[in-house]
Amino acid sequence: MRLNMRRQSKAVVEKGRVVRPADGTLLKVEDLSLYFRASYGVVRAVEGASFELARGQSLAVLGESGCGKTSLAKAILRLLPQNIDTYSGRVFLNGTDIMKLNEQSFRRQVRWKQISLVSQAAMNSLNPVLKVGYQVAEPLLLDHGMGKREAFERAREVFRIVGVPEAFLSRYAFELSGGMRQRAIIAMALTTNPDLVILDEPTSALDVLTQAGIMNALKKIKKELGQSFMLITHDIATSSELADEVLCMYAGQLVEHSKAERFYREPLHPYAQRLMASVPTLRVDKKPEFIPGQPPSLFNPPEGCRFAARCHKRFERCDEEPPLFVHGDETVKCWLYETDLGHG
Amino acid sequence: MDNNKIVSIKDLRTWFELKRWGFFSAGFVRAVDGVSFDLARGEAITIVGESGSGKTTLLRTLLGLVKPTGGEVVFGGRKIDHSNPADLSWLRCQVGFVQQDPYGALSPFMNVHRILSEPLIINKVDPHEREQRIRESLEEVRLIPVDDFLTKFPHMLSGGQQQRLVVARALILHPMLIAADEPVSMLDASVRVEILELMRRIQEAHNLGVMYITHDLSSVRYFSQRAFVMYAANLVEKTDVNEIVSNPLHPYTQVLLNAIPDPEPENVAKFRDIPPGEPPSLINPPTGCRFHPRCPRKIEGLCDTEEPPEFEPSPSHFVQCWLYR
Repeated sequence: MRLNMRRQSKAVVEKGRVVRPADGTLLKVEDLSLYFRASYGVVRAVEGASFELARGQSLAVLGESGCGKTSLAKAILRLLPQNIDTYSGRVFLNGTDIMKLNEQSFRRQVRWKQISLVSQAAMNSLNPVLKVGYQVAEPLLLDHGMGKREAFERAREVFRIVGVPEAFLSRYAFELSGGMRQRAIIAMALTTNPDLVILDEPTSALDVLTQAGIMNALKKIKKELGQSFMLITHDIATSSELADEVLCMYAGQLVEHSKAERFYREPLHPYAQRLMASVPTLRVDKKPEFIPGQPPSLFNPPEGCRFAARCHKRFERCDEEPPLFVHGDETVKCWLYETDLGHG
Repeated sequence: MDNNKIVSIKDLRTWFELKRWGFFSAGFVRAVDGVSFDLARGEAITIVGESGSGKTTLLRTLLGLVKPTGGEVVFGGRKIDHSNPADLSWLRCQVGFVQQDPYGALSPFMNVHRILSEPLIINKVDPHEREQRIRESLEEVRLIPVDDFLTKFPHMLSGGQQQRLVVARALILHPMLIAADEPVSMLDASVRVEILELMRRIQEAHNLGVMYITHDLSSVRYFSQRAFVMYAANLVEKTDVNEIVSNPLHPYTQVLLNAIPDPEPENVAKFRDIPPGEPPSLINPPTGCRFHPRCPRKIEGLCDTEEPPEFEPSPSHFVQCWLYR
């Protein structure tokens, strides 16, 4: 039954799109930068981001507010505001450079077909005058040229996957509880069976129990459908529920890209270490600490390592900006790891 | 009356009426239903619960913003009559309130100096003392150098600084109790602990009572002594904070703690047990124990008919559950 469901959903979306390779690299980002123009200068929201994500893997993007997590997602999906100063770099999805596509083919081929987004607080922006089921089926009806019957069948299917009773298809947003609304939003992101779903703070406004329920649903989707996720959050404890790999950002730059086992146990970058030490734990008796100082302004960031001013392991070399060093399976932007072999 | 007690609440009920036509009432939302607890000087307590469990209404009743339907609030040895304006204005000087969203709690048109002088002007503190108190409280929350901050507006401050300012405002009338409604949920992980440490330092320096309201027990665990678990308008478990974490007795506390993740890479592989259903409606709560429709350990014929009283299975560990009769 489950296999059948999956095959069916694949068949649904295979119409007119790039054939996906069986496995390997799903997303490859090279030197992606996104700067905004503001009245007082240029804000460097994302600076030189490079990383890879394998198919079926989930990546958590962690960092404090204002460090450029959401801008990174928007840059990948090309959902950009008017005041762009620089938008450069390369983004490969299934081996194709999607930065080269023009706006129309990007919209037709990539956005919501291959990458979909659950944006922050989206559960409060459901259309109040349309039934939830229609909103979930809408991309299929409008973009995939699917018939009504087929589209609603698919909507029913994704509702089942995220764990919302089918009867809710014909309800309005106000009739759903917060958790149900968030599940409906996740269903919306899954309808077109995209390769990658970007989740931007999917559980931040929810209660602990509801949050655990949503994370259970996402885990199930990941396990059964082999879905890749990119989870953007500042809630480190919750991110560990879904992450295979962790990308840690600080002041617009990627500072560490590690496997989850490494990151949650003993992260490499001093910022990641301090960040992990600030996370309160329930079961382990460890008193949380805070990081003194504030992150630098992205409008006029300091020379050298951006974390140097708050770093407890600072030395002379930190006045220069560190490149990304490869340390085993991990990459880390810190001079402490210079002695390791080669550059990233 | 024990002099050390700041707050003593007995069987407090706050109900909101839905609608009324003459003598006919459509019913009540029982937001707080039979809550009792004491809070001593220098003690910090945490009330944990999901949204809609009534924890904010409990706080608002304590602050005198909502009139209770029944029960008794004794504050600092004085019984509060919520219909008496003199009682209320006295009460409001004795409780400092720290809101959840610092940016929403600060007027965007007022600078720091104005924000802090407002409560002093209302309470007729003379101008000379006013300046002195503003400086004192800014120094206390480490917004230093004070002169740099006095003329700033809220949008010029970071989230952490805004929350410090809210704490400074809560302190400025020298209250006996600080009531904090999710004080750190809007802040980043690295700043949270800083604010909580600051509040603890202030609490120790002034021997204040602190009441935290939160849904995230792990963050306030190290900053309070006792924890109360609230479910559907009742306090279902009341005990020492470490006891709650290590030995939760009420089935609801157990599922709640089980749902809170720690940052461990193993989490990826395991699913969390969560009870089916959602918290009950407070208009027409279930008979008997309010958690029984979702409870994995309910006793048929008892939990669904009779409301459990408070049991004390071990010293000063109170739980409203028939399992411990």
